[in-house]
Amino acid sequence: MTTETVEAPIFRDSETDLRHRARWWTGRIAIYGALILWSLICLFPIYWTLTTSFKMAPNVMQGHLIPFVDYQPSWLGFRSLGLSPDTFAAESTPRAEFMKRFMNSVVVSLSSSALAVALGSLAAYGLSRFSYRWAWMRNSDISFFFLSQLILPPVVLALPFLVLYKALGLLDTRIGLILLYTLTVLPIVIWIMRDQFAGIPTELEEAALVDGLSIWGAFLTIILPIALPGMVAAFILSLVLTWNEYFFAALLTSTHANTLPVMVASQTGSQGINWWSMAALSSAAILPLVLVGILLERFIIKGMAAGAVK
Amino acid sequence: MPAPPVPPEPGPELNTTGDLLHVVTADDLPPARVALGRALIWGSGVLLVALFLLQMAQSMGWMTPWFETWRPTLYAYLTWAACLCWGQVLMRGEQGKRVLFVLPAVLFVVSLTVFPLLFGILIALSDWNLSSPTGRQFNGVANIVQMWHDPFYWNALGNMAWYCLAIVVEYTIAFGLALLLNAEIRARKFFRVAFLLPLMLSPVAVSWMIGKSMLEPRFGPLARLGRALGWDTPSFFGDPVIAKLTIMAMDAWTYIPFMMIMLLAGLQAIPREVQEAARVDGASGWRGFWEVTFPLMLPVSVTAILIRIIFKLKLADIVINVTSGGPGGATDTVTSFIFREYRDRSNVGYGTLLAMVYLVVIVIVMTILMKIADRFTRPQT
Repeated sequence: MTTETVEAPIFRDSETDLRHRARWWTGRIAIYGALILWSLICLFPIYWTLTTSFKMAPNVMQGHLIPFVDYQPSWLGFRSLGLSPDTFAAESTPRAEFMKRFMNSVVVSLSSSALAVALGSLAAYGLSRFSYRWAWMRNSDISFFFLSQLILPPVVLALPFLVLYKALGLLDTRIGLILLYTLTVLPIVIWIMRDQFAGIPTELEEAALVDGLSIWGAFLTIILPIALPGMVAAFILSLVLTWNEYFFAALLTSTHANTLPVMVASQTGSQGINWWSMAALSSAAILPLVLVGILLERFIIKGMAAGAVK
Repeated sequence: MPAPPVPPEPGPELNTTGDLLHVVTADDLPPARVALGRALIWGSGVLLVALFLLQMAQSMGWMTPWFETWRPTLYAYLTWAACLCWGQVLMRGEQGKRVLFVLPAVLFVVSLTVFPLLFGILIALSDWNLSSPTGRQFNGVANIVQMWHDPFYWNALGNMAWYCLAIVVEYTIAFGLALLLNAEIRARKFFRVAFLLPLMLSPVAVSWMIGKSMLEPRFGPLARLGRALGWDTPSFFGDPVIAKLTIMAMDAWTYIPFMMIMLLAGLQAIPREVQEAARVDGASGWRGFWEVTFPLMLPVSVTAILIRIIFKLKLADIVINVTSGGPGGATDTVTSFIFREYRDRSNVGYGTLLAMVYLVVIVIVMTILMKIADRFTRPQT
């Protein structure tokens, strides 16, 4: 399909050229058909969740799809979270509960991503500029040590951490989650940042060093601003992973520090799910990242493309 | 720490011979400064060991406990780590400042993986039920024997192999989508964002959105679609095979964008001239793809597939929330199985052993795969 290019319609008279045009049109239709089909597959579940959060029981059972045409939207789902217009003014326990989980998610994901980007950028910069030697380990061993953390499945760490955190009094705290989440995204950050720093010529720092800056000064004032787009990409990718993390949160938190995914999951267990309130809750859980995805798409793509291509 | 002796992953080549950045510094460290650095490191180290031994003695019951938790040891560890970083600069000057770039991350990762893993080995070899009052009892290889006779664990391991095989299909779809996005199309940005969105959604929300509501046998839109297409009693989680396929499809839905973007980056890195030259030589369409584009994409493909396998081996959230492993363990993954082992029985010892065995299996399999991939992608001369 990549070889399909816009053929200039210069000759139109002969039979063969008409056949060529027909082939070009079928190619276009096939491409756009496939694109639209997959967009539907990607977007329909999101559309379904957003619209279901405005449905009432009969709408759900009759399978209504389009608001205002099929059914009259209602605030039922968001009222159960205390987020509908008429419940905004009043105090509400469900909203307080929801906001607590929401803030936990925000605090944990933002701070663990920030910590991971800080630690990871430093390490990646060091590994890309200096040669270290510690026992038998050289630079390549050290970066392999970092990247190999990707292989480590969370379940291996989960139970030891449960026991350790219990002993340290870190169970059900935000700090505990932040530390673990930083650990899980650190290899990805190092992967991305290593690529970034490798692309920055060392002459820049050499000039800065000649001008009398220290190595840390050169790093902070010269290199960091150049590497900033990469750092943003790493940060956003970490944000996505930490915001959505469920496994550790489910095991290590119970009442104080549990995050939105844990809250969503705890609702599905009950029998007779309230479709509208579940949809409202899911919408609230996915909306921040959907917005991030739409607005900052180019950073996400940049981050994921790093390392794929040398 | 899984650090098997494998060649480093594909990525920018790191210098192994010398510093890329040559700095000439006249480090003239006064002996007092070096001594201070050494004193800091050793002093805080001694404090850490002393506190640890003290708390150990207390937890063994040899002394009356002063502290409720092990926090003091944690704080002592943090102090020691900070002193170690500072001491590097004091003792080694310019060289120490360079070490300071990598040291925090190394300390962080070592303390959060190596210690828990060593501790995990201890747990794995003991009979420890968090809800039982007896506490931890060392029981040697009893857990291993139990694992050997546990059909559900082997079943879960087998399922993981099936789930990994699904990556072939995911890869095909992702490659197709990347080709579509790389073609000359309008509204490219819209399609890219739309294709990317599933990756942004939390697996837990996905398991409700798709698994519980869209696939609901009575009202779910997909079940309605199934009925309209002639499937009388659509049930997506009743039959073992269909349930497994459904879980695979849901996981694929979330992660196809990930592979797609890596492949798209690879496609965009191929110089236009290469494909034009191929077309001039008469390799059109299908042949041009198989003989030019696909071989050029091989390294990117291998990286994408390897990373995808790593992510796939962690698959759990969807299974835990949609099927909890059912029907009859058909959709169980190792992670979800251990999760339930802990949730339902608080069986920390046995669960940890299963996880450790899983880690060993993963390290072996990944090492072999990376060796093969390395040979596969090395330019043939």
